[in-house]
Amino acid sequence: MTTILELKGITKQFPGVLANDHVDFDLKKGEIHALLGENGAGKTTLMNILYGLYKPDSGELYRDGKEVSLNSPKDAIAIGIGMVHQHFMLIPVFTVTENIMLGEEKLKNAVLDRNGVSAKVGELSQKYGLEIDPESFVEDIPVGVQQRVEIVKTLYRKAEILILDEPTAVLTPQEVEDLFRIMRELTSQGVSIIFITHKLKEVLKIADRITVMRAGKVVGTAIPSETDESHLAAMMVGREVILNVEKEPAQPKEDVLQVIDLKVNDLRGLEAVRGVTFSVRAGEILGIAGVQGNGQTELVEALTGLRQSTGGKVVLQGKDMTNNPPRPIIENGLSHIPEDRQRHGLVLAYPVADNLVLCNYYLPPFGVNFVMQNKAIDENARKLVKDFDIRTPSPFVPTSNLSGGNQQKVIVARELSRPVQLLIANQPTRGLDVGSIEYIHRQIVNMRGKGVAVLLVSAELDEIMSLADRIAVMYQGKIVDIVDTQKTTKSELGLKMAGAQAQA
Amino acid sequence: MEIRRYTFIALIIIVLIGVVVVVGKSEVSPGVIIVSMIATTIAVATPLTLGALTGVFCERAGVVNIGIEGMMLASAFFGWFGAIYMNTILKMGAFPSLIIGVIIAVITGGLLGLLHAVLSVTFKVDQIIGGTVINLLAVGISGFLNRQLFFEKGSIFGGQVPHAPGVLPRLHIPLLGDIPVVGTVFEQQPITIAAILLVIITHYVLFYTRWGLRTRAVGEHPRAADTVGINVYRMRYLNVIIGGLIAGLAGAYFTLESVPSFEPLMTNGRGFIALAAMIFGNWSPFGSWAAALVFGAASALQINLQFFRELIPPQWAFFQSSAVVGMVPYILTMLIMTGIIGKTRAPAADGIPYEK
Repeated sequence: MTTILELKGITKQFPGVLANDHVDFDLKKGEIHALLGENGAGKTTLMNILYGLYKPDSGELYRDGKEVSLNSPKDAIAIGIGMVHQHFMLIPVFTVTENIMLGEEKLKNAVLDRNGVSAKVGELSQKYGLEIDPESFVEDIPVGVQQRVEIVKTLYRKAEILILDEPTAVLTPQEVEDLFRIMRELTSQGVSIIFITHKLKEVLKIADRITVMRAGKVVGTAIPSETDESHLAAMMVGREVILNVEKEPAQPKEDVLQVIDLKVNDLRGLEAVRGVTFSVRAGEILGIAGVQGNGQTELVEALTGLRQSTGGKVVLQGKDMTNNPPRPIIENGLSHIPEDRQRHGLVLAYPVADNLVLCNYYLPPFGVNFVMQNKAIDENARKLVKDFDIRTPSPFVPTSNLSGGNQQKVIVARELSRPVQLLIANQPTRGLDVGSIEYIHRQIVNMRGKGVAVLLVSAELDEIMSLADRIAVMYQGKIVDIVDTQKTTKSELGLKMAGAQAQA
Repeated sequence: MEIRRYTFIALIIIVLIGVVVVVGKSEVSPGVIIVSMIATTIAVATPLTLGALTGVFCERAGVVNIGIEGMMLASAFFGWFGAIYMNTILKMGAFPSLIIGVIIAVITGGLLGLLHAVLSVTFKVDQIIGGTVINLLAVGISGFLNRQLFFEKGSIFGGQVPHAPGVLPRLHIPLLGDIPVVGTVFEQQPITIAAILLVIITHYVLFYTRWGLRTRAVGEHPRAADTVGINVYRMRYLNVIIGGLIAGLAGAYFTLESVPSFEPLMTNGRGFIALAAMIFGNWSPFGSWAAALVFGAASALQINLQFFRELIPPQWAFFQSSAVVGMVPYILTMLIMTGIIGKTRAPAADGIPYEK
C-alpha cells in the first residue's frame, strides 16, 4: 500500500495551549487509520490543519510525496480531502441535493441544475452503498442518513481521503453498524479514511492502524490485533484506567420511586410514553435501555416535573408527585442529571459557583430573606470544585469556558452533594472522554452504596450492562421487559430493543 | 399551509374592497369601484413591496434590517433634492431630472446598505442597534438638510421651495392597458411596475440561481457555507447592499412617483410595515408582495372612503373620521403579527453575526 498523505512535525500553538507538538501522521491508500485521544488531546486541531481551517506554526504536509500548503478548505478539497464534521455542516431547510451541490453548483443555462446533481448523487450513493433520497429535506431525515449525506458531499467533490470527526457520537448502535459497513465499502474502492474517536471498542473493531494522541503529542501507534482496550486507554489517559466498574452486589431495600401506568405526550402531542409501570428501590440501579426516541426523554421529563403526564401516577417516597412542578419533587429528594447538559443542566453564562447552587440558592445558608449569601456560595463552590475535581481556573469563570467533561462534573457535584433519595441520570456520560466516564460511573455506584435509588437512562448498552442491577428495555413508549443484569446478555437485550419481543 | 396563508390574504383584501363597494354603490357602479380599488391597492403597496424585498435580501443572507424605514426616508429626500437640483439649477427637463432623482435615491439606499453591512458584518454590532442608527441618521439628516437647503436665507434655492419637476408619468402597457374598464389596473407608474418585476426577479434569483442558493446558505448555516468555500462576509455584504438599493427605489416612490414634494418623516412607518409584510410573507418574495397588498388595500380603503364620506350611513358615522380609517393598516399589522395565520420561519442564522 502506498502512502498518500504524510504530516511531519506539525506544531500549532494557541494562546496558553500547545495544541499540536511536533505531530507526525501518515495515511496509506485504502486504510482506516484511527486517531484516538481524549477531548482536548489535539485530534481536532490536527484535522483542522489538514482541512485548511488552521495554518500550522511549523511542519510539513505531503500529498502523494509532494509538499502542499493549505490556506482554506478549498485547497484541501482540491487535493482530494473531504471532512465530515462532528456537528454536521448541513442546512436543514435545503434538500439533500442542494446541500451536496452547495459551493460546487452545477448550472444549466445559468439556472441550478437540480436534476443533474440529483442523478449524480443517486449514482454515487449506489456505487458506495449509501442509501439516500436526493429529494428529501435534510431536516426530515434521521441523523444516520444525514451523515451519509455528508459522506456523499465529500465524494461529490471527488474526495479520496475522508476525515470522519467523532462520527459515532450521534448514532444509535444500529446506525454505527451501518456506518462501519459503509466505511469498509469505501476503503474497498480505494478511499482512505481517518477516523477520529475516543471510543476504544470501535477503534479495535474497524481500524487498520491506531495512532494515539495525548496532550498535543503522538504517544504511539498500534495495530488492533496486537493491543487491547486497557492498553489503549492507558495510552490515552497516561495512567491505568479501570474500565470495568467494580461494585458490590446490590442490597435493595424499600421502593423509593413507583411509576404506575404513566402516559406522556411528546412535543407534537403524540403519545410517547404509553403506560409504563416500574419501581426503583433504595440501593439499586435500574437501567433503562432502548434506542433513542422510544420515549425515554419524555419519561424522564415527566418524572422530573418538566413535562405534564396525561395519565398514571408517580409516587416518590410514598408521596404522590404526579404532575408536580420540579421544585417540590426536588425538595422530596430528587436529583437529576439531564440529557442535554448545556441546555437543561447549566446556565452556561453563569459562573461555576452560581451553577453549583441552582437548586437550592433560595435556602439557607445560600439565601436568607431574599438576599443571596455570597460568602456561603463561594465557600460551597470552592469545596465542591475540590471534592469533585472540577478543572476550572477559578469557581468564578463562566461555565461555558469549561470542557464538556468538567461541565458535566459541575452538574454531578451540584446534584450529588445534596441529601437525595433518588438520582435520575439521563445519558450521564454522553460525549465524555474515558477519564471523565470512569469518574462519573464511580460516583453513580457510590450513590447506590449510600442507599440512593438510581434510575439510569443510556443509549450505550455497555454502560447499562456494567452499571445497572436491573434493566428495563423501552420500545415504542412501552417497557418491553425488566430483567436482572446477571441473567441476560447483550444480544438478548439488543433484540428486545429492536422490538423483537413485543410482550413482556 | 401556504395555501391557507394566501387564502387568508385574499379574504382580507376582498373584505376591504367590499366595504368600499357597499358604501359607494349608490353613486358609482361596483365594477368601477373594484377596478379603482385594485389599481390604488397595487400603487400604494409599492413602497411596502420594495421594502419587504429589501428585508428578504438582507434577512435571507442572515442580516436583520430594521433600517429600511431610514433607508427609504433618506433616499426619498436625496432623490427629490437631486431631481429639483437638476431641474431648477441645471435647467434640465422634467423627465430626465426625475430619472436622475431616481438614480440618486437608489444610490443613497445602496450607501446606507453598505453602512449597515459595515456595522453588522464587519464590526458585528447588534443588528437592531445598527438599523436604529440608520433610522435616526436618516431622520436627522433629511430634516436638517431640508431646512438648510430650502428654507434658509441664502441657500442655493434662495430660501424657498422651488417648483418641483412633477412625478413620473403613468406608463401605458399595450394590450393589457387597452382592455375596457379593467385596463386602468395596468395603467401604473414606472416604480410600481418595477416593484412587481422585482418580486418575480427576486423569487427567481433566490430559488433558481447559484447566487440564491449561496445567499440562503449563509442565512441558514454560515459555517456550513464556509466549509464548502463560500465567502460568508462577501455574500452578506453584497446582499445587504442589494437590499439597500431596492430600499432606495422605494424611497424614490415617495417624492418622485407618489407626490412631488418632501415632508420630514414622510415615510411614516412604512419601512416597519414592510418588515411586517416580509415576516407575514414568510421571507418569500411572493408572500411579501401578497402581504404588502393587504396593507395597500387598507390604505386604498382610506383613500377611497374619502370620496364617499357623505354616503357613510349615520350609524357608522365614526368611519367618516379619517383618523379611524387611517388606523386600519396599523391595526392589521398588529393583528397579523400576532400569528393568527400560522407559523412563519425566519432564516436560522438571521441576526447572528458570523464569527470565523
